[in-house]
Amino acid sequence: MATSILTALETLRTTRVWKSIFRRGPAITNRTRSVAVFGNLFLHWLPVKVREKSLRVRAAYYLGSLTLLLFIILVVTGVLLMFYYHPAAPKAYQDMKDLRFVVSNGVFLRNMHRVGAHLMVLLVFWHMFHVFYRGGYKPPHEFNWVVGVILLLLTLFLSYTGYLLPWDQLAFWAVTVGTNIISAMPLIGNKVRFVALGGHIVGENALLRFYVLHVVILPLLALLFIGVHFWRVQKDGGLTTGSKDDDGQN
Amino acid sequence: MGNNEQSAALPQPTGRPEVSRRDFLNEITLGALGIAGLGGAVLTYQYFSPNVLFEPSTTFRAGNPGLYPVNSVTFLQDQQVYIVRTASGFYAVSAVCTHLGCITQWKTEANMIACPCHGSKFQPDGKKIEGPAPRPLPHYAINLTADGELQVDKLQVIKADQILNV
Repeated sequence: MATSILTALETLRTTRVWKSIFRRGPAITNRTRSVAVFGNLFLHWLPVKVREKSLRVRAAYYLGSLTLLLFIILVVTGVLLMFYYHPAAPKAYQDMKDLRFVVSNGVFLRNMHRVGAHLMVLLVFWHMFHVFYRGGYKPPHEFNWVVGVILLLLTLFLSYTGYLLPWDQLAFWAVTVGTNIISAMPLIGNKVRFVALGGHIVGENALLRFYVLHVVILPLLALLFIGVHFWRVQKDGGLTTGSKDDDGQN
Repeated sequence: MGNNEQSAALPQPTGRPEVSRRDFLNEITLGALGIAGLGGAVLTYQYFSPNVLFEPSTTFRAGNPGLYPVNSVTFLQDQQVYIVRTASGFYAVSAVCTHLGCITQWKTEANMIACPCHGSKFQPDGKKIEGPAPRPLPHYAINLTADGELQVDKLQVIKADQILNV
């Protein structure tokens, strides 16, 4: 049975449809395997070969990959939440309550989105500290360190804009306090706050603005920078590995 | 050297640097794009600044002066304003903390206004007792309407020594 499945796969790989999708025949030699990775949009930023030590758990604790996984989880659960959520006052609060108490499995999705968001902030910081203490900001990784800082800021902005969306007391006061911090900027502070809120108070305009930032603009920017970040890891020569690893092995 | 003789024979415009057609077109294009970009930024800023707002009115009536006993502080929750009546008259103090915009509370037993967010404390006339608030609570313009009711204008900040005598 198992052999017949393998044979069927082998035959599938020689078909014209397979070749038209993957642009290659069967990946039998090292060269054809490498070419299959280079020529695939989803794989091309992955390394064709890696050092064994950079695959060890201790080399990175996979913190960056886990953050990406959380980002994907947040996109999926977030899109699902959007099917029931209206960014309007006071409907937003009622929709949030409905998601918790009325919609089937709504509370699961909402909590997954919420806990996932908290975890993502935690992991982004953990990842940053880990990279910092390993010296991962040093040449040739300086550019990717800056991209990482931009991603940290994008994560915090995503977190902050999402915080307003339940439209409860906590959200309202957090955003009131946060946008008052903006207005402490010299000269332009009040203008920036006015444009950010779309008014003088945290009202319907602010809710809609934060919603659009949260579900469209910031995720797209994050996706762009995540792409650059992962691609540059390989272009800069893979993960930072010291001459000796944490466990004293080379 | 023959080249030099040839160029000397050509009429040369003096005092002006030579600009090639390519450079000229490049500069014109970049300039146009710059102007368009700047205009786009201004238009975007204007688009994001609302012209009509559906926010609560900043002027409100606070009822008959007789409602407020002498030497009292009354918190009007809907307006986020304290109406203070002393022996000499009325004044209106903002209840919005000058630190980060939380709503303060009047503590009768301690005779002070306190902020629940970060612990700022104020006297009933808005003067700061302790931070982190950077400024005292502002006083709003208060006056009597023609039919004898108190009216407060939250857009008009007045000096703390201006008191309405009724």
